[in-house]
Amino acid sequence: MYDGGKIVAGLVLFLALVTSPIWYNVVTGKAEYKPEPKIVTQEKECVAPKAWMTAMHMTLLNDWRDSVVREGNREYVAANGKAYNMSLQNTCMQCHPNKAEFCDRCHNYASVKPYCWDCHVEPKEKK
Amino acid sequence: MGVNRRDFLKITGLGTLVGVGGKAAADLVFKGQVEAQEARPNEGALVGKRWAMVVDTKKCIEKIHKDGCKDCSIACHTVHNVPDFGNPKDEIKWIWQDTFEHICPNQHHPFTSESLEGAPFLALCNHCDNPPCVRVCPTGATFQRDDGIVLMDFHRCIGCRFCMAGCPYGSRSFNWRDPRPFVQNAREDFPTRMRGVVEKCNFCAERLAEGKPPACVEACKVKALIFGDLEDPHSEVREVLHEHYSLRRKPELGTMPQIYYIV
Amino acid sequence: MIDKALIGGRKYYGLIAVLLGVIGVGVLCYLWQFFYGLGITGLSRDVSWGLYIAQFTFLVGVAASAVMVVLPYYLHDYKAFGKITVLGEFLAIASVAMCMLFIFVDMGQPLRVLNVLLHPTPNSVMFWDFMVLTGYLLLNLVIGWISLDCERKGVAPPKWIKPFIYLSIPWAVSIHTVTAFLYAGLPGRHLWLTAILAARFIASAFASGPSLLIILCLIVRKTTRFDPGKEAIQTLAKIVTYAMSLNVFFLGLEFFTAFYSQIPGHMHPLVYLYAGLEGHGALIPWMWTSTALAAIALILLVNPGTRKNENILAFAVVAVFFSTWIDKGMGLVVGGFIPNPLEHVVEYTPTLPEVMITLGVWAIGFLILTVLFKIAVTVKEEAAS
Repeated sequence: MYDGGKIVAGLVLFLALVTSPIWYNVVTGKAEYKPEPKIVTQEKECVAPKAWMTAMHMTLLNDWRDSVVREGNREYVAANGKAYNMSLQNTCMQCHPNKAEFCDRCHNYASVKPYCWDCHVEPKEKK
Repeated sequence: MGVNRRDFLKITGLGTLVGVGGKAAADLVFKGQVEAQEARPNEGALVGKRWAMVVDTKKCIEKIHKDGCKDCSIACHTVHNVPDFGNPKDEIKWIWQDTFEHICPNQHHPFTSESLEGAPFLALCNHCDNPPCVRVCPTGATFQRDDGIVLMDFHRCIGCRFCMAGCPYGSRSFNWRDPRPFVQNAREDFPTRMRGVVEKCNFCAERLAEGKPPACVEACKVKALIFGDLEDPHSEVREVLHEHYSLRRKPELGTMPQIYYIV
Repeated sequence: MIDKALIGGRKYYGLIAVLLGVIGVGVLCYLWQFFYGLGITGLSRDVSWGLYIAQFTFLVGVAASAVMVVLPYYLHDYKAFGKITVLGEFLAIASVAMCMLFIFVDMGQPLRVLNVLLHPTPNSVMFWDFMVLTGYLLLNLVIGWISLDCERKGVAPPKWIKPFIYLSIPWAVSIHTVTAFLYAGLPGRHLWLTAILAARFIASAFASGPSLLIILCLIVRKTTRFDPGKEAIQTLAKIVTYAMSLNVFFLGLEFFTAFYSQIPGHMHPLVYLYAGLEGHGALIPWMWTSTALAAIALILLVNPGTRKNENILAFAVVAVFFSTWIDKGMGLVVGGFIPNPLEHVVEYTPTLPEVMITLGVWAIGFLILTVLFKIAVTVKEEAAS
């Protein structure tokens, strides 16, 4: 291998740079940080268990969208037997009107920018 | 013509098989937690087999001549968060007025009756029985429901505007720029649109689901707009169409519009 | 073989630099459009397709015309085209790439463009256009690259490539037929609603594409040691002559049907384009330029004396190229929208950023073309020496 030393050194440097955020978190302990969405609702339960909602809310929203827009089925009977109106603005955001503390907190942490709010009107936050 | 919902679902189902893998995996992890869910229509929703609208143009023209009425447009554009850009280039409209000779170009002649010549007529999506916009849409973003309503799934629209070229009635508008700053006091119970998608009248599908008539029909003080199910022989739309001579826009194109004009 | 594109003279690097500059401006303008929306263009709800789709429509024709060199060579064993088939195929690659980019820059939601594959709709002609264009790009990439590589190695092309070559012939016809069907199947757009549109598209394609190929051959001969051959250029010129005559004939048929039948809807767009309607006539000078160029080109091409003179031929084919570019580009696309479905005349003028994006896409096409031609010509020069 020509210039073997340089190549290996370059590769090591590259790996160090790429994995630097991990090392940074290990050293500073920041990786322990977990975003906690703030739940302000009085309701006792969501349309599905919390763990499932945390992981799968986008799937649920996608299913709801197709059901409402394409099939005209707007009512969702949840596992607990209750019926809900499938609507981001009129159901989800009624219990979770605090978009900044509920949605954005995790989304910012995960650096995802769902385009929901390009169209769906977020509730005006009470300050 | 076109594709009915069943075929459509079959086709899209095949296409989305790839994407289902992730969901299947998650369903395994959360097995049993979200069983027994079911989607169904709302109770009390207005259900029809072939929705249609009849415009009693005599009443409508009389009212407009009297006080420049725009009640239906205002009501529609308010409940649907339709933006007002204030210029014709960016303009978005769901229901609006034009004159008889522009709405029905082939019905007009030099000796048209004085009551019709230059008279204001309403234009909106015709919710055609054989809609060219649905035929040409490359993603199924525009589709026809079983009850005849031609709807748009704004999430799926790629903004190619083939439907605008396909619509022979100019009923479709495009969001040339972000509409949100041009919606005054956006209502929280209905979304706005984002830039780069097409939009049009949705026959108030969201209101029918709540058991309410379309906003324009409700807003019309002279009852010039009649909405109903053409498949129901006792419906008001059937009765008025039976009693009066009516026009449809460009019937020669075979699109079978479902907006009827009593003249 | 890509290495051949990396070594060149000062003129070659100069051309690349200029093209990259134009592309840079185009990309900047596109970023503006990406974040603002298509509102930076002159389009409106009345004229909803414009400059971009006009270029797309025209360039599908240029792409399809590769078949005019492939067909005589492979089906009729016409040896003179052997030297330039790869040039035709590479021109097709650059053209299809431009077509796809013009579609892309015209999308309101470009990031969702793969919805076309995610939700396939066989009832939409646009879906089929996606399919045939992608297929045609792949076919020409494989065929052009493999044949050139074999030429470099001095061996005969592998047998398995033959079926692909034969397939590419009807495929070329299909891309332009399907593109015409985008327009010809729409109720209420009278300029487009004509059974002869696909035939007209193909005729103008076989005029404009080979015209560009003649110009490129002349440039290649002047700037490199590779000579595409007088006979090949003259045969292309005959193809252009026949195709352009048919194109003008087909356009004439449209005029007859519209004006002898006297059906207002059929006459309106043509009146708008050539004479103006209700005081609007932005495209009149363009349409008459197109007409004049077509007339001059036909006179020069039909007459063997002028056609055989390569200087005059060069002028004639440039005229054909621009004539069809106007007629089948802005004329056809914008004309179809005027008057609008409510019989109002609303005009359309492209904006500066729109023109810059358009030039940027053309520059990307010419960059692809320059690099591919550089490779092809270098291989041919080395094979000859």
